[in-house]
Amino acid sequence: MRGFFFSENMKLADLISENYNLILMLPRFGIPLGFGDKSVADICKNHHIPVDFFLLVCNIYSFEHFIPDKMLISSIDMNFLLPYLLASHRYYKEERIPHIENHLQHLIEKSEAKYGKILLQFFNEYKEEVNEHFRHEEEQVFPHLEALQKGNSDNSYYIRTFVPEHSNIEDKLSDLTRIICKYFPGNILPNESIELIFDILQFSDDLEKHKLIEEKILVPYVAYLERRIQ
Amino acid sequence: MSSKLKVLIVEPSSIIVEGLIKILNGTELFHFLPPLTDVQHLQERLSVSHPDILILNPTLLFPTKCISLFSFFNDNPKIAIIALIYQYVEAKVLSAYHGVIDIRENSGQIATILLEAQTVLREAVPSSESYELSDRETEVLICLAQGLISKEIADKLNISVHTVNSHRKNITRKTGIKSVAGLVVYAMLHNLTDK
Repeated sequence: MRGFFFSENMKLADLISENYNLILMLPRFGIPLGFGDKSVADICKNHHIPVDFFLLVCNIYSFEHFIPDKMLISSIDMNFLLPYLLASHRYYKEERIPHIENHLQHLIEKSEAKYGKILLQFFNEYKEEVNEHFRHEEEQVFPHLEALQKGNSDNSYYIRTFVPEHSNIEDKLSDLTRIICKYFPGNILPNESIELIFDILQFSDDLEKHKLIEEKILVPYVAYLERRIQ
Repeated sequence: MSSKLKVLIVEPSSIIVEGLIKILNGTELFHFLPPLTDVQHLQERLSVSHPDILILNPTLLFPTKCISLFSFFNDNPKIAIIALIYQYVEAKVLSAYHGVIDIRENSGQIATILLEAQTVLREAVPSSESYELSDRETEVLICLAQGLISKEIADKLNISVHTVNSHRKNITRKTGIKSVAGLVVYAMLHNLTDK
């Protein structure tokens, strides 16, 4: 495809050796590991995924400065967008956050009660905020997208009011790593603390990519559908 | 050398420049360098005359594009730079300055704004030995941990909101913590909240 960095004839394995973080999004497309030396096109065909859309996500995930133009957005089959975004949310809510929470819980149990309580409270506030953010998208933005894709317009919501800005949520996440790294008593579970920090950093990177996908695909695509339907 | 602070004003309107000098001269704290009407020769002038305080109309920096705001501040780390505004300027732009004088400012306040900007600057210059919070910054942090917003902190500590925000920026730069909730945790871990 024109202007793309990864193309459908490349091997999926090569994409991943280029950017190993792409492994994270395979489950969201329902692609299991063990794909051998098959090309991106073949794998997408086997799993009934529109290959252009798959590449679009991979390229945004891997090349920060890549901005798909309007023509491209309007020409791609976007039926997989909603399932993809929902799968990402599910992964964050049901796997990533609970995983980090478990780690943190461990650390808190071993710390002085006073400190543990503060950290737990901070994390719970963060979790609440993140869930609220996801909830807003799932209750407002996604149904709107779904309606538009079916050719309906409810006129009650417009994508321009949506801000994919997660800045406050991101700040809290980076604060959490700093607090654990710099200010929390370091003698409690030193190895687990380091693992925890890496988990949070990786989660934070992944959320950043998720935001890019919303900014660069979801928002322009919904705006395009809104224009078309009016 | 006099002990007065050297002030350079960069502002196209002579009415404003004259007025500002007249108001501030009453305090006898400042010595005024010949003002400039634009930023064209600003950089040369700075390197020759070393002002302590620069009062600058922010609109002069953009249209010319000759000086980027960021590099300008970086190149002149020892000058307290104050924005002189008479129309709306984005808060993001203003936050880079050490102080702000609004044209409608009460004349008695202007000298205070200049002096506060100097304090902000002194605390902002990273001294190699310490990332410790200053006493003032600690006070601001404690107020934040108590749930006060910038306006309330300004009233309580008797400083301007802009100064509070500068302290907050310094706290974030020194601790690396950006969110208020994170700062609360920091304050608690350092036993600052018991007082």
